[in-house]
Amino acid sequence: MIEITDLTIKYNDTQILNHLNLNISKNETCAIIGPSGCGKTTLLYTIAGIRKATNGQIKINGEVLTTNRKETGVILQGYGLMPWKTVWDNASLGLRIRGVSKQEMNKQITAILSELDIYQHRNKYPSQLSGGQQQRVAIARALSIKPDLLLMDEPFSALDAITRESLQSLLIDLYHKMNITIVLVTHSIEEAVLLGKKIIIMHPSNGCVKRVIDNPHFGDHAFRNTTEFFQLCVEVRNEMEGLQEC
Amino acid sequence: MLKIYLLKYRTIYATLFVILAWYLLHLSIQSNIIPNPIRTIIVFFQLLQEDLLLHLLVSLGRIIVSVGIAVIIGTVTGLFLGMHEKYDIFFGPVIYLLYPLPKIAFLPVFMILFGLGNTSKIVLITTIILFQILVTTRDSVKGLSKEIFYSIRSLGATKWQVYQHVVIPAILPKLFTALRISVGTSISVLFFAENYATTYGIGYFIMDSWIRVDYIEMFAGIIAISLLGLFVFKMIDLLEKNSCKWALLEKNESQSLL
Ligand SMILES: Nc1ncnc2c1ncn2[C@@H]1O[C@H](COP(=O)(O)OP(=O)(O)O)[C@@H](O)[C@H]1O
Ligand SMILES: [Mg+2]
Repeated sequence: MIEITDLTIKYNDTQILNHLNLNISKNETCAIIGPSGCGKTTLLYTIAGIRKATNGQIKINGEVLTTNRKETGVILQGYGLMPWKTVWDNASLGLRIRGVSKQEMNKQITAILSELDIYQHRNKYPSQLSGGQQQRVAIARALSIKPDLLLMDEPFSALDAITRESLQSLLIDLYHKMNITIVLVTHSIEEAVLLGKKIIIMHPSNGCVKRVIDNPHFGDHAFRNTTEFFQLCVEVRNEMEGLQEC
Repeated sequence: MLKIYLLKYRTIYATLFVILAWYLLHLSIQSNIIPNPIRTIIVFFQLLQEDLLLHLLVSLGRIIVSVGIAVIIGTVTGLFLGMHEKYDIFFGPVIYLLYPLPKIAFLPVFMILFGLGNTSKIVLITTIILFQILVTTRDSVKGLSKEIFYSIRSLGATKWQVYQHVVIPAILPKLFTALRISVGTSISVLFFAENYATTYGIGYFIMDSWIRVDYIEMFAGIIAISLLGLFVFKMIDLLEKNSCKWALLEKNESQSLL
């Protein structure tokens, strides 16, 4: 679904991404992992079409990406909610921008807020919600546009362990229900192994992909407690600590 | 407990406090330059039935027109400069230079260009508060985080939708603060501007009473101009309450931490 060829991004004169190549198939989940500052957010913003590439191209469903796509849902780090909008207005913003009729919007937003268990908070502002609830609003907003591709930047890293686990499970459920491709950026090895059918390890400083690991166990709620899970975590950790070049 | 009552009835409490202080001052100074507050209030209501109300309305009209013009020009220019850095690089230094300049010094110029009537008064007040609003708007736009723009752009918003859903709601709380300061300024400038070429307006009324050495009437005029200010402030509060509920919530939260 996503074909990234030879992607190079420079900021002033510093190379952030350097001749990066990556393919992601339809209905797959893909976890991009790497240390802070390696260019994960930059890569995600470029796939979202809100940052321009210096060189190279991204094709989504065979079409070259030039600006943001209507069917891509994005969840930014820190949730990207508008503090001046209520939960309801935040969640419905994507549909409003697309000019969906009020009636249709009411139906869809009611459904998605209920599904994510935040309908009772619809009249509150983000500052009145916990981090986990804010993240649910951001998920609702991204899913309301019925995306075929969902991009998430460190979605659960600011949450406490229990909330994080329940949201990770929620994401796995949504994935099975929705026929969606998910690209998720994280710096947590456990999260990458739990949520990525494909685990993409970025080089810490060269701005390219170091290795791609396939994860056949993805999508099973019990996976978190198996020995395969821990083995895979160890494999990813070793790979991240290894010094070989791309 | 006391705190809650003081907050709930703050306007009444403040009024009583001021009247009491005024009365004590009246007793201690023993001169007709500080008249008895009770008598002044009675005279105030009598005058209101004569022409004081008209003076007040004329002044209010001048304030509303000048603040209105300044808000429109100031926010539009401020939004534009805040969102377009390449123009701000060009105009920013000019605004920086003009901002602290005492615009009131140009009153003779305004009088010659715009006549002695209402226009020169309105132009004077407008130029004085315009910069306050322009600079506040521009700087609040520039202070917005990059993430919030990424967030709205990721939803596919057009340029106008970015203004509608992000820029304007984000700067409103600061705009209201600037508006309060501006209105305070505009009332004092008005007082000054109503001392030439007019026989209407609360500034004229006060100075005229003074010249006639009628201190009770003069103080009745001061009550009137204070009520005018209070009225405009309450209107701004009301507008803010209806359009910036989120910011007031956050403010209350941080206050309750103290
Ligand atoms: N707007 C920017 N200005 C300057 N440097 C930037 C900007 N965006 C990203 N960078 C730099 O690019 C590198 C990668 O950033 P980022 O993609 O945010 O990394 P990650 O998300 O993996 O932590 C960092 O070294 C960062 O300093
Ligand atoms: Mg990042």
